[in-house]
Amino acid sequence: MVSGSDEDERATRLSRRAFIKGAGAAAAVASLAGVTASSSKADKNNDAAVDAEAKIVEHLGPGATTIELAINGVPRKLTIEPRVTLLDALRGQLGLTGTKLVCDRGACGACTVLLDGDSVTSCMLLAVDARHHAITTIEGLGDANRMHPVQQAFVEKDALQCGYCTPGMIMSIVAALRRNRDASPGDIKEATAGNICRCGTYPHVLQSAAAAARKLRGKQFQDKA
Amino acid sequence: MARRVTLQLGFQGDTRDVAVVIPDDEPTPWQWGDRLSLAGSETPRIDGSLKASGAARYTYDIAIPGMLHGAILRSPYPHARIRSVDLSRTRALAGVRAALTREEKMVLFAGQEVAAVAAVSPEISADALGLIRVEYESLPFVVEMEEAMQPSAPHVFASGANAGAAKLFAVGDIAQGFAAAAATHEAVYTTPVQAHVSLETHGALARWDGDELTVWCSTQGIFTVRDDLALFFNLPPEKVRVISTFLGGGFGSKFGAGAEVIIAARLAREADAPVKLMLSRAAEHLATGNRPSSWQRIKIGADHRGRLVAIRLDQRGSGGIGGGSGSSGPYRTLYQCPNIHTEERNVYVNAGPSSPMRAPGWPQGCFAFEVAIDELARKLGLDRLDLRRRNNANPVRELEFQLGARAFKWDEKSRAAKGRGPLKRGVGVAAASWHAIGTAGPQAQAIAFRDGHVEVRIGTQDIGTGTRTILAMVAAEELGLPLSKVKVEIGDTRYLYSVPSGGSGTAPSNTPAARQAAAHLREKLFRLAAPILGAEVGDLEARDGMIRVHFEPARALSFAETCRRLAGDSLSAEGERVPNYEGFRRDQAGCQFAEVEVDSETGIIRVLNVVAVHDAGRIIDPLTARSQVNGGVIMGVGFALFEERRLDPNLGIMVNPTMDDYKLAGPLDVPEISVAFVEVANGLSNTGVLGLGEAVHVATAAAVGCAVYDAIGVPVRSLPMTPDKVLAAMGKI
Repeated sequence: MVSGSDEDERATRLSRRAFIKGAGAAAAVASLAGVTASSSKADKNNDAAVDAEAKIVEHLGPGATTIELAINGVPRKLTIEPRVTLLDALRGQLGLTGTKLVCDRGACGACTVLLDGDSVTSCMLLAVDARHHAITTIEGLGDANRMHPVQQAFVEKDALQCGYCTPGMIMSIVAALRRNRDASPGDIKEATAGNICRCGTYPHVLQSAAAAARKLRGKQFQDKA
Repeated sequence: MARRVTLQLGFQGDTRDVAVVIPDDEPTPWQWGDRLSLAGSETPRIDGSLKASGAARYTYDIAIPGMLHGAILRSPYPHARIRSVDLSRTRALAGVRAALTREEKMVLFAGQEVAAVAAVSPEISADALGLIRVEYESLPFVVEMEEAMQPSAPHVFASGANAGAAKLFAVGDIAQGFAAAAATHEAVYTTPVQAHVSLETHGALARWDGDELTVWCSTQGIFTVRDDLALFFNLPPEKVRVISTFLGGGFGSKFGAGAEVIIAARLAREADAPVKLMLSRAAEHLATGNRPSSWQRIKIGADHRGRLVAIRLDQRGSGGIGGGSGSSGPYRTLYQCPNIHTEERNVYVNAGPSSPMRAPGWPQGCFAFEVAIDELARKLGLDRLDLRRRNNANPVRELEFQLGARAFKWDEKSRAAKGRGPLKRGVGVAAASWHAIGTAGPQAQAIAFRDGHVEVRIGTQDIGTGTRTILAMVAAEELGLPLSKVKVEIGDTRYLYSVPSGGSGTAPSNTPAARQAAAHLREKLFRLAAPILGAEVGDLEARDGMIRVHFEPARALSFAETCRRLAGDSLSAEGERVPNYEGFRRDQAGCQFAEVEVDSETGIIRVLNVVAVHDAGRIIDPLTARSQVNGGVIMGVGFALFEERRLDPNLGIMVNPTMDDYKLAGPLDVPEISVAFVEVANGLSNTGVLGLGEAVHVATAAAVGCAVYDAIGVPVRSLPMTPDKVLAAMGKI
């Protein structure tokens, strides 16, 4: 008997990401499926349909390629294989390790970043698909000496213990408060429903969100995200 | 030299004088009524901003030049003999720098390590694993405890039977006890294997410099990891340095150097380059530990006044190829009973090994025992809280029962109707106990610098409870400094020794060392200030950032000015954690009340609110302490309702090694939690601090189980209380 389990696992992972992205991301589909020379008519039709919908025609991979990402307001060039997720690019290539890898399949929210102001799980997004979007990570929100009101509230209310879910939790709340500064506790619970914390910080997270929302409403805080 | 002091110890309504002999250089233990300026006040943690801004560097975040990326190939079979491992194609892949295989030929569970590689990128490491060719001889296996106990079952270990020897505990005579019972109750209760699910997976970054090894490790015991590595590589311990600056959870699963840490160091040595190896989420579920399952047959009896007269537990549990399943603690501890007999037995199956998890054995035992107590109360026609108070073994808990019942509105809620529609409400109460008194061993260094700040260094680590913060608070208290003037450095074996962070021992073991070190530093600074102030050292006190003559406060020198007069750049003092004194009590109590709503049509349970009343000696920081209580309760809600490792009995593999299929409590599952602390001056150490992490987790699943029984009128005797079990208990499916 021969084990091919890890190869199989990778294949599954790749196809899952392609599936999640669906038809909305031509670059992802093309690079993942390696559609550099589609031979069948069906494939060409598929390419055409994808191209028509996304208005992007591009073939990437399988080798490394140089792309540019707009991260925390700064354009950053990096050379990566198309299979690299935005999360791995942030952490590995760019050294932005505030965003955490925990479940690696969009189930825990620890890798949450903002894409054009909306929260996304960066483990479920390929870095190449994050081009042409404004990406905000926890580091872009504020640093330890000059924190965003949500970060500040997390410290004051002790909404963190081991701290590993904290950046993702904060990003989800920042996105929720950007959508609605009058977010209710129920709205915040919904917004963080995909953020899993093993230490059990949720009660203080809710308090922090409420405190930050009050501050944001009061001060017309200029949100960089 | 030692001196005798009389301490006032105890808790509200019950304090007494206790004579204690303490070393001469030890600060007098804080006692009942001591008013402290910092300790006891709600204080945001001092490293909170690093965590909230993403600047805190965990092991997973460390990168160093030339670092390779390690990965592990794991057995897909639950029981197999490895015939051969072919690494030739792997080694030939461009970018692969090291590869190694398991030396032991047997694999005993699906997920056990078989081979490993290190390559220049994580992607190439993943590719390289796929090129390893392993020939396995698959062997018969068993993953279910009942099956494993059959005589015909495959043996997990070649050396012996799957069921271990029984561990017995007995006091009194249970036959005599049951003969005197007015009512008895007997039933079987079960709990599942629970996974730790630390958010930062296990792993390490290993670097060799000649024969010196540096390892950044996600661990709750840096000195344990150091000793494990020194033993494995046959090095003197001082040649191994272990660093854990920030730690993304552990819960008992990260004490020593696990296989992945050893593998990282072996790969680094072979590649002659640093290797970082962090586990995948699936591997974390399969191979890094778990809380064993339990099967508990209970028989308990009480006399007509509701006094427990006999307790019998026949328990078995499985931690895969590991042991440690015993759950008798609560049976022997929570209530007074003259006749107790417990038998515990580990049963081995082909699954990943157990490791300690948050009060090992206690949540399992507490759930079964406390639901059984409720079933007995019903037979006796007694109020469940009354029955508990009649048998309560700890006077602190009596106060906690009273406080909790009032806050929870027990009298009102326990008599309220359960609801006429499909939604049924119920309430429950359960007792907790633990014994986090700490141990001798830790040594701390306190250093004053010329710029007037103080640094406390100690080789402990922060598992997430706020260790830096309470150490800083204790040192600042002793030195009369604001918190901002004290820094704390931990998580490095280059600092003085401390114990692993487990069993709720971190706070009680480390705060006394920090306090003594700070006291010694203060004495040295007093000797510096005394001639300047024209005073005796014994007449000086340190308060509000000043060193002053206590009877003439105007004669004072600021702490900063004193530090400016240091001969060198710094002044250092050490302190040690001495063994526990006689003290007030060596255990801690606690109780939790829960209210649930059960949908009797769908079987879905919601926990609405929990009141948690606990004691942990002197609480240094009520803010972070409350966080720990919330965490213990929420993990308990998960244990009660959701969490279970599922193994496929036909394939012997875990079917839910993810965070979507292994379900933890999320924000929408969390009840309202009210926390109250009862302060106990226990005098066991100079700070009188006890730990909290375990005690606050013991009773939650039990209280929820009791509340579910109250709501639907029938007990659900098996965790997790999933909808199918609820409906089955109600006879609906």
